[in-house]
Amino acid sequence: MIGRAVVWLLLAFLTLPTVVVIVVSFNPTAIMAFPPDGFSLRWYGNALSYPQFQRAAVNSVWVTLGASLLALPIGTAGALALERGRLRGRTLWATVLLSPLVVPGVAAGLGFLILAAALGLLRSRILLVVAHVALVLPFVVRSVWVSVKNLDPALDRAAASLGAPPWRTFRRVTLPLLRPGLFAGFLFALVVSANEFVVSLFISTRVTEILPVAMFTYVVNYTDPTIAALSSLFIAATFVVVWVADRFFGLASVFLLDR
Amino acid sequence: MARAVVELQGVRREYGSLVAVDRLDLAVYEGELLSLLGPSGCGKTTTLNLVAGFIPASAGRILIDGEDVTGRPAHLRGLGVVFQSYALFPHMSVFENVAFGLRERRMPRAEIERRAHRALALVRLEGRDRQRPAQLSGGMQQRVALARALVYRPRVLLLDEPLAALDKKLREEMRGELREIQRSVGITTIFVTHDQGEALSLSDRIAVMNGGRLEQVGAPREIYERPVSRFVADFIGGSSLLQARAVGPDRVALGGALTVRVVTPRPLAAGQSVELAIRPERVRVGPGEAPGPEAAENTLSGSVARLIYLGAQMEVTVALPDGQRVAALVAEPMPLPLTLGQTVRLTLPADAFMVL
Repeated sequence: MIGRAVVWLLLAFLTLPTVVVIVVSFNPTAIMAFPPDGFSLRWYGNALSYPQFQRAAVNSVWVTLGASLLALPIGTAGALALERGRLRGRTLWATVLLSPLVVPGVAAGLGFLILAAALGLLRSRILLVVAHVALVLPFVVRSVWVSVKNLDPALDRAAASLGAPPWRTFRRVTLPLLRPGLFAGFLFALVVSANEFVVSLFISTRVTEILPVAMFTYVVNYTDPTIAALSSLFIAATFVVVWVADRFFGLASVFLLDR
Repeated sequence: MARAVVELQGVRREYGSLVAVDRLDLAVYEGELLSLLGPSGCGKTTTLNLVAGFIPASAGRILIDGEDVTGRPAHLRGLGVVFQSYALFPHMSVFENVAFGLRERRMPRAEIERRAHRALALVRLEGRDRQRPAQLSGGMQQRVALARALVYRPRVLLLDEPLAALDKKLREEMRGELREIQRSVGITTIFVTHDQGEALSLSDRIAVMNGGRLEQVGAPREIYERPVSRFVADFIGGSSLLQARAVGPDRVALGGALTVRVVTPRPLAAGQSVELAIRPERVRVGPGEAPGPEAAENTLSGSVARLIYLGAQMEVTVALPDGQRVAALVAEPMPLPLTLGQTVRLTLPADAFMVL
């Protein structure tokens, strides 16, 4: 009884803010009132037709996809090197590769801003992609690393003894067996990059800014439920991505590392 | 003399300051099964990895069919390897595992089908080709690994403790099967094991290794009956080791007045100290005191110091008056009931002694 109550309370605590946002997004009046006094889709229309959101959405797709696709091979190489390479000070390398997780976003953002200014890249979308690669890399390394740890090193030797040169061994044996880790890493990268705000705020301009930054800017200037509508769409999109992922690849297998 | 298929010449392998294999000279001949036998850490697996090309040699040369392959990477050596962990590819079916080496050799599809199925038939796994390795028992996985390593007809088969992961009964079954398959294919084989029973029953020749060096190379019977060193005598068959002093060309004293006759290839010099080894199955145990040297040759008195029940046999350890211990194997059920501390007579046949 008590156990169940605790679970419900916890669930409510975790989901209530989200529920409030979704409910408010249907409010017909131009204030974020809760509970709402009617039902309307006008703020959805407003969100979708607002030019700055459209531009930021395109930026978001570019930055998130670009950063995730770049981080995947880099992180995989890193994970393989950490586990398999003849490294001196392996723990130190691991700490460095996973450290962005503990660096405050403000510090990282400031660092990227100063570097970009020095390199004259302040107006470039490439800057955001590079920064996001650095931010999602720890998640990719972490996920792939677990898969690498589960690999029997004798498999490489077996493939070699059967006549496979190293790159063929990688393609036919290593890569297929790392698939759960690669997939989990990619998913993490997408979610982290799509939601990244603090660092992006430092290094984007009105032209290059991504959705979370654009939403923040909007909230600073306006108080109508447009932002709630957009947030709801964002939540829905995330759900769809995760659902599709589970449907086609089986998230359970990813997180239980079932081979 | 048969042709040497694999030759190691002065091969050495170091890991940092640790020398895993040192000055190894060994030839493996056409069609034979040679075991590398020794305790863990003796360098036997390192030797196998050197032949396979998984690790580079620090010094020396490795030849296959007279060709120097020392610097050649593993995938160009064309050998077959079976691993202790089987190392089957978990994401591939049994058929795909077996076909792996054939695909790497760019064989036509029909040829791959034919050969893979024939290899699976050889290891009695017809009809399992669509299953995943994880769906098979340990013994079956082992057979898949064997089929995978044999299917492309490698020049040499390398087996790294292939039976170690199986339980005892299955291990003994697989041992016989392995030998039959090896004979029928006629493939030159190097077999790494720490199990002397396995080595004795499977091998044409055994190379006993210790501390990165070869102790003795020879036929199983030769190794068993004429060990050249204390290590070999002790490691294979668990001999009792006795310190003695020669008192005549064929007579030694085991401390005090106890003397026994020994058969040796060379006469002993009086006063020379010798080390003797004797197999427990050659020692006979009887009831009561020894009757004296005139009545029965090489029969001594001793007291029972330890009894270990082994099922078919009882291992009896007897302490001689000078404190040295001799182990004997007595068939069960024992014709005479023994208790600890009891006085018994031991007969040590003169030709059973091995002078080290």
